[in-house]
Amino acid sequence: MTADILIEKVHGRFGDRILKTEKRSAKRVYVDIYPKDIVDVTRFLFKDLGLRFNIASGVDDFDGLEILYHFSCDPSNFVVTVRALIKDKENPHIDTITTVTRAAWWIEREIHELFGVEFDGNRDLRPLLLPDDWPKGVYPLRKNFIVPKRDSRKT
Amino acid sequence: MSNRATIPIGPYHPLQEEPEFWKLIVEGEKVVDVDVRIGYNHRGIEKISEAKSFDQSIFIVERICGICSSSHPIACCEAIEDISGIEVPERARYIRTITQELERLHSHLLWLGLAGHFIGYNTVFMWAWKYREPICDIMETVTGNRQNYGMHKVGGVRRDIEREHVSYILTRMDEVLKQLDMLKGAVLDDPVLHARLKGVGVLTREAAVDYAALGPTARASGVDIDARRDHPYAAYGDVRFNVITQKEGDVFAKTVVRILEMFESASIIRQCLDSMREGPIDSNPKEIPPGEGIGVIEAPRGECFHYVKCDGTNSPVRHKIRAPTYMNFPTFRETVIGETVSDATIIMAAIDPCYCCTERMIVVDGDDKELLKAQDLIRLSQEKTARIKERFNRA
Repeated sequence: MTADILIEKVHGRFGDRILKTEKRSAKRVYVDIYPKDIVDVTRFLFKDLGLRFNIASGVDDFDGLEILYHFSCDPSNFVVTVRALIKDKENPHIDTITTVTRAAWWIEREIHELFGVEFDGNRDLRPLLLPDDWPKGVYPLRKNFIVPKRDSRKT
Repeated sequence: MSNRATIPIGPYHPLQEEPEFWKLIVEGEKVVDVDVRIGYNHRGIEKISEAKSFDQSIFIVERICGICSSSHPIACCEAIEDISGIEVPERARYIRTITQELERLHSHLLWLGLAGHFIGYNTVFMWAWKYREPICDIMETVTGNRQNYGMHKVGGVRRDIEREHVSYILTRMDEVLKQLDMLKGAVLDDPVLHARLKGVGVLTREAAVDYAALGPTARASGVDIDARRDHPYAAYGDVRFNVITQKEGDVFAKTVVRILEMFESASIIRQCLDSMREGPIDSNPKEIPPGEGIGVIEAPRGECFHYVKCDGTNSPVRHKIRAPTYMNFPTFRETVIGETVSDATIIMAAIDPCYCCTERMIVVDGDDKELLKAQDLIRLSQEKTARIKERFNRA
């Protein structure tokens, strides 16, 4: 399966639920979707086409929080990145994909604590990396988070 | 239930030097549930990287891990080069491949030693770590450092492998290969190790796929993936090697995969040295345009993934780093539950969890303690490099 065939298949399966597809190079494909479709798209890529879930990453952008889900097609050397833009930065929600693959277990916990995104349906959103006494509502990977200056007089 | 007990292990890591907290719920000897708390070593490198220039990011990611200190910089370089399709000169691609494979060799030997240590087989520990030394010597001669090589930059590498180093590498590698042969026989034919490791901590193929496990952990469960072959980067498209897989998915299979992989690494290094041509080692890219790039490389523990987004300035807007252990680690729920407490340590160690191990150093001389400053350490290291160089020039 080449990148072109994958793009065709995604369009064929989802039609106008796909906002945009873009082939940057033979090895990199980007697919923009609405956040509500993420579970269906993941199921299609992971279960039906057998791609490998690489990781998800959050990006704090001007017009919202963007979550990128990266999938690898190992037999034919390309990476598919599914992008879902959550416009509501105050109260960001997206459905969990842990119902499709358990590989997303930790990364959803991580994005939850670092970006403040709620993954609906994921019951295990305990903090993964940050300390237990980290203040609520402070999300360090958001752009408005300023790294506090360390006071050298304190130990 | 009344006969359930909780065994807390950590936050000092039970196996290696890094902090981490395990909660084993046991019924008698049997582990019935397990939970883990990480984050004690979280340094916020993704956030730091956003405040650094692209040249500095490479140095930051090199310090993520003392063992994978070639993998992260290469993945980061690949990601930045992917943004605008920067070409890397052929010789630089070969040098990247050589450092990657040397790193894989020393990392697998390190794991083998530790694995031996965890099951109480300290002879393997002593052997493996002794045979790891020549690899670190090669690294020191070629790059100037045993770890944290500072070799890689966007568009190429910083240092060339000089002609006299090639014969040195080949001589030392021959030495290592003989010892590896011996070690392979000693470990894989040992009936005690068979009895101890076979059928322990099995990760099924289905679970490995579902958890998207990577590297030797996945390959030992029959998942035939290897970023070097599937997503060729550096010079991996030009060399021949086998991807080692096993079907069983137990700790023994993971050991077999790693041991056999070391021979492939040695073969790759030799092929690279044989076919490497003279030429430039750096394409000196000046500007990184806006865009996003992905770097996918095969670190010793599995695929390492970097995503870099750039807005046209000199530093990344977002830099996502996914180390292989991040995906391999959650498989402990599959492998540990149902096993006995005494097997839990080696099962957890079998994925080769990767922690950075940087410690401050004090040289103790008799009763006197001497505190070394950074400059002293650099001087000591340079003197040692000079000694190694002198030794092989004489030979």
